[in-house]
Amino acid sequence: MNPLDRYESLVDDVDAFRAACDRPLPSVVRTNEIAATPARVREAFDEAGVAYEAVDWHDGLFRLPDGNPGGNWPYVHGWTHGQEEVSVLPGLALDPRPGERVWDACAAPGSKTTQIADAMGDEGTVVANDNNLGRLSALRHNAERLGITNTVVTNQDARNFSLKPLAFDEFDRALVDAPCSCEGTCRKNPDVLDQWTLDHVHAVAGIQKGVLARAVQATRPGGVVVYSTCTFAPEENEAVLDHVLDGEDCELVAFDLPVETDPGVTEWDGETYDESVTRAKRIYPHRNDTGGFFCAKLRVGGEGDDAVSDGGAADDEEVAA
Amino acid sequence: MSDDAPENDGQQFDRVPATPDEREVEGRASRQEVLDWWHERFGIEPAVFEGYSFWEKGAGKVWIYNGEATDPSEVEAIGMTFLRTRQEHWKPTGRAVSRFGRHATKNVVELGPERASRFAAGEDQDLPEWDGDWGYLIATHEVAGESVPIGVGLYLYDELRSVVPKGSRADLPVVE
Repeated sequence: MNPLDRYESLVDDVDAFRAACDRPLPSVVRTNEIAATPARVREAFDEAGVAYEAVDWHDGLFRLPDGNPGGNWPYVHGWTHGQEEVSVLPGLALDPRPGERVWDACAAPGSKTTQIADAMGDEGTVVANDNNLGRLSALRHNAERLGITNTVVTNQDARNFSLKPLAFDEFDRALVDAPCSCEGTCRKNPDVLDQWTLDHVHAVAGIQKGVLARAVQATRPGGVVVYSTCTFAPEENEAVLDHVLDGEDCELVAFDLPVETDPGVTEWDGETYDESVTRAKRIYPHRNDTGGFFCAKLRVGGEGDDAVSDGGAADDEEVAA
Repeated sequence: MSDDAPENDGQQFDRVPATPDEREVEGRASRQEVLDWWHERFGIEPAVFEGYSFWEKGAGKVWIYNGEATDPSEVEAIGMTFLRTRQEHWKPTGRAVSRFGRHATKNVVELGPERASRFAAGEDQDLPEWDGDWGYLIATHEVAGESVPIGVGLYLYDELRSVVPKGSRADLPVVE
């Protein structure tokens, strides 16, 4: 069975959704602003005759229609990093600031870690964790290539992550870009559809719940946790949020992304979820001609400086109405 | 252990001492010596590295870090690799040169387009016209009107050897 079949009831335009999922995605690079400005990357591409297209919602992203993102000087100099467009979104939602303490719970191979460090101007502390030592070496390679100096790399099971090796005992922000069923990446890697099983969905959902709960616990009151996946499966998205809303002191907040999104769903396969999961965002491939994605922003409960810059309590009426 | 002096533990990150006088671990470079080395070799002002801390893990590998950390630290990595010490000629990492090399004012060799591509591919090349120091140099080339470090070269006997690590070599077209 093609797992995309099961999501047809969730999308408004089934034909457009299926057609988009069948089209391959172009190579995309993100500018590493620690090393160069987007203008300088453009100049270097022009000089070398590298074809590129701008991405209208992010001036640091370039589509490379001829592929080969690593075959040019800007890449060799660490000015660019190959990263799918939608994969930039959780970093935007997290919105980290210079000097903060930020946890990337499932960090390898480091695209989002390096984006976070870049957004912080390489100041403050990023803790990049992954349970897979092999994939951590890819992360280290990427972080070094991009010249990032504010990142600590740890190799722990994120579900019971210990801050003991660190110089502080809570984070300002945390990103849980969770391991998932990955159907959203089918435009780059169609094999994910053949390998999909419902058993895996249920198994990985258990892990996702554990990691997200730990991220909420490890973040200070008023801090921000972003949860993201590249799957369409509500079991791995809204159900995970619903579980953590129930067990931990946190709330989902409204937030903006610079792309067209659909709200999280409150019903799936006989289950219903907390109404506030509609504040999460589903990114379907046919909306912006990207990969598929899911992204939610949570505020950790309790008294504390509010790290959430938009949305929040003011939008409560909207959901309750 | 019979000796009271602490030894280098290759498994953990230890902050380097501020000065040689404060050195407790035999052979460990001090912050002062690291700053002096970059200044003497490449003319990079110590102020460039203000705010960064230096750490040793493994035998002589010095890391540069810009965040908060405990000392000693048992993590997989802390910042990025910066400098190889505990050998006669200290060697900067290619990443350090890529990140901080633009501050260098000496021992910098500017390569033309064709030489730059050969250098990035890991090729050694004859360069008898170089009349500066032997040893480790920063190789640069011009991109979009500005000089940009490519990596570390080793200059010996009229030859510039590319010491770009295998995993970082690239076959690039010559950009005139």
